[in-house]
Amino acid sequence: MLSYAEKIRDAAKRLLEAGTVDVFIGYRKGTVPMMNEPVLVSRPEDADVLHWDSHCGLNLCNYLTKRKDRIGIVANGCNSRNIVTHIIENQISREQLHIVGIPCKGMIDHRAVMRAVSGREILEVTEAGDRFTVRGRDFEETFEKKDYLRSNCAVCTHRNPVIYDEMVADPVEEPADTAPFADVEKVEGMTPEQKQGFFTSLIQRCIRCYACRNACPLCYCPTCFVDESQPQWVGKSSDPTDTMTFHLLRAYHCAGRCTDCGACERVCPMGISMRQFTKKLNKDAWDLFSWEAGLSLDQRPPLDVYRPDDYNDFIK
Amino acid sequence: MGIEPGRLHFSWISSAEATKFVEVAREVSAEVKALGPAGYFIKRRAEVA
Repeated sequence: MLSYAEKIRDAAKRLLEAGTVDVFIGYRKGTVPMMNEPVLVSRPEDADVLHWDSHCGLNLCNYLTKRKDRIGIVANGCNSRNIVTHIIENQISREQLHIVGIPCKGMIDHRAVMRAVSGREILEVTEAGDRFTVRGRDFEETFEKKDYLRSNCAVCTHRNPVIYDEMVADPVEEPADTAPFADVEKVEGMTPEQKQGFFTSLIQRCIRCYACRNACPLCYCPTCFVDESQPQWVGKSSDPTDTMTFHLLRAYHCAGRCTDCGACERVCPMGISMRQFTKKLNKDAWDLFSWEAGLSLDQRPPLDVYRPDDYNDFIK
Repeated sequence: MGIEPGRLHFSWISSAEATKFVEVAREVSAEVKALGPAGYFIKRRAEVA
């Protein structure tokens, strides 16, 4: 995966020098280990900051919304699906984009790594092939990447970009035997009382910082419903009912649009697994409409079109 | 998400279907009454000491 970084830099330099794009959006190394940050490069000589490894957890599609210039952007599977969703929702046009596709083998869950070293301070993380080494002041440990994938990456079935202008490498094999909805099925099997307990404890730690919303490429409304004060749709306190309202509404706004990129979970300072909400909606979209978001530019999302055979058993 | 079955109803009633509206309203209120007061997803007034 590290070899991708060099190719991304080359592509960015080439595109910026040729004037094909005005800006190139990618990742650079963060100031602390395992925290790569998004970066917008507009001069070819700055392209050397671009980087790629298994810690590119944020979704770059966030930076595309309503831009007017020509943009080069790196995109792995989920990011490319968000780009498709952005194009379908008229947030950007295909002609503005030059997409540098990246076959992705998943990102590392930084929280799992921190747990694995018992919370000791990590000063450096290096990768070689399918393994990575974590170093601190007085320790050094090597792990298999596949054991530390983020939960969404572990069940990902769209590792390769669905839309691109060039690829940095050959496509990787798509895993076929993942059970993407195993956790959702477990919740579905619960009684209403158990579900109440499950969801209440799931969001108990939420501090309403809205990082999940800010990191989500689907959340681009000029004024979010949680920020609106006339009318005030949801209370601003950390009252459990207000918090639940926020999470449910946030999730429902992603119905049929979420690509399970996992940015929301990645940025949560409290480590809340809010993908439990969006995954259920992804499962419904699949079960009821055979729909997975962002796979094609030619299909309208299920909540956007009417079909006579649409599911309507819940209406009396 | 944990709301009891029977507390939430969906119905499609045209403005011309007054009788259907009455029927559905009776049915819904009877079913929800039978379930009793909701204990979940209710915002309680803050308790001030």
